[in-house]
Amino acid sequence: MNDPREPALRLQGIVKTFPGVRALDGVDFEVMPGEVHALLGENGAGKSTLMKVLAGMYQPDEGQIIIAGQPVRMTTPIEAKAQGVVLIHQELSLVPEMSAAENIYLGELPRRSLGRVDWKTLEERSNAILTRLKCKFRAEVTVAHLSIANQQMVEIARALTVDARVVVFDEPTASLTDAEKVVLFDIINDLKAQGVGIVYISHRMDEIFTLSDRITVLRDGAYRGTLTTAETNEDEVTRLMIGRSLDLSRNEAPRDFGKTMLEVQKLTCPGLFEDVSFSVRAGEVVGFYGLVGAGRTEIAETLFGLRVPDSGEIRIDGEPVAISSPRDAIAHGISLVPENRKEQGLVLQMTCRDNMTLPQVQNLTTGPFVSQSAELAIFDQYRDKLAIKTPSWRQSAGVLSGGNQQKIVIGKWLSMQPRVLIVDEPTRGIDVGSKSEIHQLLRDLAAQGYAVIVISSEMPEVLRVSDRIVAMYHGRIMREFTIDEVTEDSLVQAISGIKTTEAA
Amino acid sequence: MAYFYQNPALRWLMRNPIWGFVLIVFIFFSLASDHFFDARNFQNILVQTSTIGLIALGMTLVMINGNIDLSVGATLALAAAFAVDVQSWAMFTTWGNWQILPAVCLALLVGIAMGAINGFIVWKTGVDAFIVTLGAMLGIRGLVFVYTGEQSFYAMNFAYSDFSALSVGPLPVLAVIFLLCVLAVHWLLSRTVHGRNTYAVGGNREAAVNAGIRVGPHMMINFMIIGFLAALSGVLLSTQMGAATPNLGRDYELWVITAVVLGGTKLTGGKGDIIGTLGGVLAIGILRNGMNLMQVPAFYVYVILGSILIAVLFLDKRFNASTDGGLRL
Repeated sequence: MNDPREPALRLQGIVKTFPGVRALDGVDFEVMPGEVHALLGENGAGKSTLMKVLAGMYQPDEGQIIIAGQPVRMTTPIEAKAQGVVLIHQELSLVPEMSAAENIYLGELPRRSLGRVDWKTLEERSNAILTRLKCKFRAEVTVAHLSIANQQMVEIARALTVDARVVVFDEPTASLTDAEKVVLFDIINDLKAQGVGIVYISHRMDEIFTLSDRITVLRDGAYRGTLTTAETNEDEVTRLMIGRSLDLSRNEAPRDFGKTMLEVQKLTCPGLFEDVSFSVRAGEVVGFYGLVGAGRTEIAETLFGLRVPDSGEIRIDGEPVAISSPRDAIAHGISLVPENRKEQGLVLQMTCRDNMTLPQVQNLTTGPFVSQSAELAIFDQYRDKLAIKTPSWRQSAGVLSGGNQQKIVIGKWLSMQPRVLIVDEPTRGIDVGSKSEIHQLLRDLAAQGYAVIVISSEMPEVLRVSDRIVAMYHGRIMREFTIDEVTEDSLVQAISGIKTTEAA
Repeated sequence: MAYFYQNPALRWLMRNPIWGFVLIVFIFFSLASDHFFDARNFQNILVQTSTIGLIALGMTLVMINGNIDLSVGATLALAAAFAVDVQSWAMFTTWGNWQILPAVCLALLVGIAMGAINGFIVWKTGVDAFIVTLGAMLGIRGLVFVYTGEQSFYAMNFAYSDFSALSVGPLPVLAVIFLLCVLAVHWLLSRTVHGRNTYAVGGNREAAVNAGIRVGPHMMINFMIIGFLAALSGVLLSTQMGAATPNLGRDYELWVITAVVLGGTKLTGGKGDIIGTLGGVLAIGILRNGMNLMQVPAFYVYVILGSILIAVLFLDKRFNASTDGGLRL
């Protein structure tokens, strides 16, 4: 039924405005049957809005949606699905207590008389779809018992209950392991072979170059061009995305360190990390590199008083300290920019200013009242220093982009004048442009004499910001490198638990 | 539509839809009833509003903090019983009108103590405030019946029951006390460190802990404040009646929560303010007063208030979806 010469889906001149914002400004986009078309853009470039237009959640103000040659109007996701356009969400939207089969046909359960569920048909059909996806579990299993990857399969299976013309994947690999990614890519290639048009949204260049046939780039809500994947490279795509080329270099800042600010000796928390010793000097960035679950975040949480260590010693500025709560940590000049800023770092409903002054508001009083001018002075200072983009201090923090939210959290701690700043996954979920800005910021902070610890799972990031790199595996420090001696190979070996001759 | 977004007064109304409703019912009753638009009636409304209003101020704090307090009606009854009973204790017979002072002080302390118990249990056990204060609601009401022996207490000192008839200039003293409390709690919430941290704890407890805020004490203080305000409300109500009955304050927790939610405070915490709560209690007060003047049977007020509650929250959702982050692209 899919004519291979006619696009499975075509968007023409789509315009969508919200009060004060032109979110999409005349965007063109098409997917051929049997094509993987990647959609790229920084956060805020308009990808999500475009997808919501596609899925019938938003109505475009101008422009046309053409499916198989026919202009269509879709006002709900159900209508979009009926047209064969299905969206696989970034965040899983499954009912964990129900079986895979019930989730796959959620809202469309096959029925018998008197509204009873036709369990037999339900399970037959669901198992057929799961088989088509080469899944190794049965449709009767409860979703809560499945791994994240398999839950994603259920989500994909849900998309295949209709005769899909176009399947949209929105950041599908965000929570998958490498092995699980391979399975997902197989499925995408299968769908492609069956003539389904695939829209693939991702931040990860390597995936896009492995999978896609064409790449369309959005910037600031506008269409920036479509490239054929085979004829382009990462540089060209990046330039199109951010309007300039990326800095992929290694940190080459002059090493000029002060005295040791933080010294950790034989810190142990059974089951999480053991016998961890390291130190950080003023003006130095120490990168903690390792796989997820290597114990890096747990060390940071221990230093910040969120966990109590079993044994070991923490010295700040040469003095041994006891830290049993974030209050203690803050009092000793330790600050933590947490891994998950929305859940651990920000009060999203609060204004930017109030978020920034949260840990020290008790020191900004005149009489019984909080001094607005003192607060504003701090906010203005760090907004300028960190180049935070917000229309006003009154803006609630939840509305800002990831990069600006992260800067608010960093500003919050800098304004406390910490001795040691710990930053956990500083650029997770942040777009490419803001990423390099935050990297530069971390380097600047070191140059100003802060002792900085950066925890990261991205090698380019660790290489770009660190003076020294601590490689962790399974709760232990495997090796320490200076930035000059480290090689990518030795780093990968260290975090995979492979002991090299130098390390022994 | 653009006009609506530019006009500051309309924007303010869209953020506080309850005040739009207050305006509408005010105009409606002014036109519909001969007796409504009258200074004396306005005094009445303020006095009638003050009982629920005082507790609503405390409830705003507790709810922004991410908790709820269902025990306020029972606390009110217990405090009222103490206030009326203690002044006739034998040890105070020679005190003259001063006998009222220890009675009122004790009643207010009892309220603070009830709040402190609630807050302490929520803080130390981590049990949900809904459950803790549901238990307290039953338990304290039980205490009221034990204490009063299921009887009403009557105030023997007429100075006590005369108090509610006093005025400060054009305003009845009860209204003055209420308005002073409105100002005090508004300042507390919007200007002090405790107020700021109350929002932070309710908005994102984990982030608050990570900022070094001690969550438990803030919650306990807010429970003590609502306990105090519930007790104050009970004392003032008993001065109006010259008595305290064991069933005093029944269903008040529901009226109070209705008023606070009408005023835009979120049940999930982190959002709300006293200006909205004042609108919420005035809406209820004007509606009850106006319908009473028009001789509409009281139970219709419930039907209308129930509908209004849902309608206002619906409007709030429609107007404020974009500012709550729906605009994120």
